[in-house]
Amino acid sequence: MPNAAHPLAAVLDTLCPMHALIDATGHIVHAGPTLHKLCPGGIAPWARFTELFEMKRPRCDSSMKALRARGGQKLHLILRGGPRCDLKGVLAPLPEDGPIQPAGGAIVNLSFGISVVDAVRDFALTSTDFAATDLAIEMLYLVEAKTAAMEASRTLNLRLQGAMIAAEEKAYTDALTGLRNRRAADYLLERLLERKQDFALMQLDLDFFKAVNDTMGHAAGDHVLREVAAIMIEETRAEDMIARVGGDEFVLVFARLTDPGRMHDIATRLIARLEQPIRYGEELCRISASAGSVLSCDYARPTLARMLEDADAALYAAKAAGRGRHVPFAPQAPPASADGAARRQG
Amino acid sequence: MHGLINRAIERFVRDTYGRDSWRRIIGRAGVEQSEFEAMLTYEEAVTFDLLAAAQEVLERPTAEILEDIGTYLVSHPNVEALRRLLRFGGATFGDFLHSLDDLQARARLAVSDLELPQLELREHANDSFTLTCRFRRAGFGHVAVGLLRAMADDYGALVLLDHKGARGGVELIGIRLLSMAHASGREFDLGARAG
Repeated sequence: MPNAAHPLAAVLDTLCPMHALIDATGHIVHAGPTLHKLCPGGIAPWARFTELFEMKRPRCDSSMKALRARGGQKLHLILRGGPRCDLKGVLAPLPEDGPIQPAGGAIVNLSFGISVVDAVRDFALTSTDFAATDLAIEMLYLVEAKTAAMEASRTLNLRLQGAMIAAEEKAYTDALTGLRNRRAADYLLERLLERKQDFALMQLDLDFFKAVNDTMGHAAGDHVLREVAAIMIEETRAEDMIARVGGDEFVLVFARLTDPGRMHDIATRLIARLEQPIRYGEELCRISASAGSVLSCDYARPTLARMLEDADAALYAAKAAGRGRHVPFAPQAPPASADGAARRQG
Repeated sequence: MHGLINRAIERFVRDTYGRDSWRRIIGRAGVEQSEFEAMLTYEEAVTFDLLAAAQEVLERPTAEILEDIGTYLVSHPNVEALRRLLRFGGATFGDFLHSLDDLQARARLAVSDLELPQLELREHANDSFTLTCRFRRAGFGHVAVGLLRAMADDYGALVLLDHKGARGGVELIGIRLLSMAHASGREFDLGARAG
């Protein structure tokens, strides 16, 4: 440094280790020890300040006159060359005449501001590179402490989220069969109605199931229910919903289904499968099923209560007609009596 | 007590004695959970039940276990983050000792509901100090002894530490600083963030 013996050099180095002392022609005559670390090999003798640092805000030309005019303002600079480094600064112009040298020059003090975290890494800085009054070390401490605390909170949140999903899944699942439950069925049906999406709703009761339970025991009954669940899953599409809503009562929901013929085909095929004997150990369990169904497209303004009621009426009609069959609800002539409901389909 | 403290006991036992010992401690303490969440708060009694059970299962006095926990917290690679945070206290072990007065406030900056004992350093001579450790119950002083011993190693300083007993929740620790630069110590790179 040409002017390393400046009388204030040692004082400035202690108070602001990132300062630059600039002469009237814009050349750096002395720089603080930390500022030297920003340039590989240190700041070269007689380097121009604006060649090393680009003024981003306020914009101004690189003349000393322009720099001096920004005295006292908050400056935003970036280091030219080397790793990206944003700096904050403030410049104090020195009088043009008088005892303070370099006359007509300036002292600029820089700091890393928010980029301090990257800067300590990029320039391998240590705590002694900062003035004792600088909050940089406290800031680094805070960043690290908060990062560690946030990471611990994030891990906890992930675990809680996993537990919440599992709990929700459990709340919507029938434990015995793995099918959905009443709560899940109601939730889905309300969503479909809200979205005004067409769907078919089927109520299905197993026939002769009580006899299996009574004569062969609950274990056999549970086995039959699990087999029934498997058959229903096989006979429906993945996007259909099957819920066990009572001991041997099921609700099936078929999204976008509007064709009564298709509904009847599905129901008939399903009942036929359920009528095939189910093996339990050495014995065969024989059951059947009755089903009633409604289509949302048959209603001008479908409501859940009304549709469930009508599907139930159709189911009752199927049972009254001798079980083991499917009866669709007839919207024009509601099956008010068993006679009306007993019309055989297909 | 804050989950971080129960979690520290858990990590120490698991990393030092293995999961089987931890399971036996949990069982003996009659604690419901098998793992502690660092960011939840637990009943105060849980911590002391754990420590009592640890004394039985590990067949070592509680004071020794607490001291080992302090050492573990700054020297085991699994908990590197804490060592780094403590090293922000100062460039030398002497600076670090003086930063202990702020430890409680520093901890709160990071985790606002973390209650740590209040530490106060008194300097009798250049190389002789007393650290006062105040908390609702005694015990933390032993953790502080282990922690200071490991931090001295970390800085490469040579110290003599002496737990002078407890009166109520106030514990006194004597510190003799024999050499600030006894060994080379471990490096502390400001920019290298612990994972």
